Amino acid sequence: MTKTVTFMTRNFNKYDVMSIDEYIAIGGFTALKRAITMDGEDIAREIAACQVKGRGGAAYDMGKKWSQARSEKNPEKVIVCNADEGEPCTFKDRTLIQNDPFNLLEGMIIAGYTMKAQNGYIYMREEYSHLRPILLNAIKQANEKGYLGKNILGVEGFDYQIHLYSGAGAYVCGEGTALVESIEGKAGRPRMKPPYIKQCGLYNLPTCVQNVESLSLVAGILNNGDTYKSYGPADCLGTKLVSVAGNVNRPGVYEIPFGMTVREIIYDLAGGVQGDRDIRLIQFGGASGKIAPASVLDTPYTYDDLKGAGVGVGSGAILVVDERTSVIDFLTTTQQFFSHESCGQCAPCREGNLHIKLLLQKVKAGTHTASDVKLLKQIAETMMITSLCGLGQAAQSALLAAMKHFPQTFEVK
Amino acid sequence: MMRDEKGMMTPELRAEIDAILTASGNDGSKLVGILLDIQDIIPMHYIPEEVAYYLAEKLNVKVSNVYDVISFYASLYDRPRGQYPIQMCESIVCGVNDNGFVFATLQEMLGIGLNEATADGKYYLECVPCFGACDVAPAVRVNGKVYGHLNSREKIEAMLAELV
Ligand SMILES: Cc1cc2nc3c(=O)[nH]c(=O)nc-3n(C[C@H](O)[C@H](O)[C@H](O)COP(=O)(O)O)c2cc1C
Ligand code: SF4
Ligand code: FES
Repeated sequence: MTKTVTFMTRNFNKYDVMSIDEYIAIGGFTALKRAITMDGEDIAREIAACQVKGRGGAAYDMGKKWSQARSEKNPEKVIVCNADEGEPCTFKDRTLIQNDPFNLLEGMIIAGYTMKAQNGYIYMREEYSHLRPILLNAIKQANEKGYLGKNILGVEGFDYQIHLYSGAGAYVCGEGTALVESIEGKAGRPRMKPPYIKQCGLYNLPTCVQNVESLSLVAGILNNGDTYKSYGPADCLGTKLVSVAGNVNRPGVYEIPFGMTVREIIYDLAGGVQGDRDIRLIQFGGASGKIAPASVLDTPYTYDDLKGAGVGVGSGAILVVDERTSVIDFLTTTQQFFSHESCGQCAPCREGNLHIKLLLQKVKAGTHTASDVKLLKQIAETMMITSLCGLGQAAQSALLAAMKHFPQTFEVK
Repeated sequence: MMRDEKGMMTPELRAEIDAILTASGNDGSKLVGILLDIQDIIPMHYIPEEVAYYLAEKLNVKVSNVYDVISFYASLYDRPRGQYPIQMCESIVCGVNDNGFVFATLQEMLGIGLNEATADGKYYLECVPCFGACDVAPAVRVNGKVYGHLNSREKIEAMLAELV
């Protein structure tokens, strides 16, 4: 019987999330206490040894990012926790904030110590406004107990504060430069790069952005790195939160060891497909992720194996769509999302999304020509190469994958 | 569609807005959060023009900046909605779990179309992208609260019954 694991989720339902005392009673802040006896470079190295890749979608090596952030010369730095979680079918960060807010805070405080930052910002989507009281309380109690504020845990000069900011319904604000614009109180239009935010981000300070799940791993790794490394195959250590939804019987967030097959995730954990129907397609990583037919089921869930199968981990979402939904209807809904979310700042994404929407309408109506299909592909590829930010670059991932796996959808009648 | 209400900046509302501004340190960089908090306390859940001008003055930012922010963010509205704006998820997970039934049933029960309010201003219907409640799809969200598994008339009726 395939089972979930409890590394990141070990504290779920073990303490009252409104009580720092209960968190401390189950071992909370021991990782922070260890961290302050260490050199920041060694902390980054322990994370690197666990092969942690950022969990927000881009899968950047987290140990390396911390090490690079440390080497930035500016004496003032900021940490940002990206809790924008805007990818459809993604709700793992919500689960982490809801069930273990202090563990997230502890990870952020360790990040602050490691990178010598003075301020940390949690940028949480407006849609999660019901979680604000949990985080505000955690920040307040951490201040009262001396885990935030001045000379934290008696360490001279370790001054660090955490602030909670809210998004306002803009998916693009999950992109790093748009996110910092939004925290600065402006419309969240992505900035031109360079400069990169790691050098010049929020208020022009070096800024290290990490996803909620990435930061939620930190305390566990400093406490029990060996346990973490005992999960997963040698080239993809550890555990991962996946949010499985769509036409499955038991949608939800599951912590899996890397290497579990997609079939085990969908059938054993998520209870299989509603009404035992056949799978039309599976999308990995949210709306900006690629899709594959059911032949992907026996692929182990690791970065490399998924990539080999033409998909990817992305946001950790696994969307199962059964035979009742056609590929073109799926693509139309996905396109509606990107047409709505494009900030309209650069031409490839603004115009590309508009024209792809129109061309998809023709495909749906069956009135498309061979040159329409060619144009569809050309626009999608142009968007991927020339868009200013990741939104436009990844918006047509599903369409391009559909053209490869489901060519019959685009057949000219 | 209902027009912007004039003369709605009552002393009471002004005091509430001032309290929100004070709580955020009159900090213009907190504009997004401030607007959301104000929108929450306005009965029809939007930012009236008078309020936008008032904020620009108090926070010492340009009115055009305030409107740049309001028009950029989908969760900020410059038109009155309703006492209970019902946000129906239009994204893919709710889509493959028959959100069409939710759209149709609510429109029929309330006798209004999309982006319309009932005559008494109580309910308002709108479509929004995924709000992260995909595990309970199909879902709607009303003033910050999520109602999921809306796959029957009874459940939709029960949801409406809670909005009083
Ligand atoms: C359009 C767009 C939306 C994004 N949304 C999110 C998001 O909601 N949450 C997130 O953690 N990362 C998001 N990202 C990725 C972030 O830009 C960034 O890579 C990530 O937060 C870094 O943290 P990590 O290394 O821990 O993953 C988004 C990227 C793009 C281009
Ligand atoms: S790619 Fe799209 S979302 Fe990104 S900057 Fe350009 S228009 Fe805006
Ligand atoms: S798709 Fe409807 S809440 Fe996520």
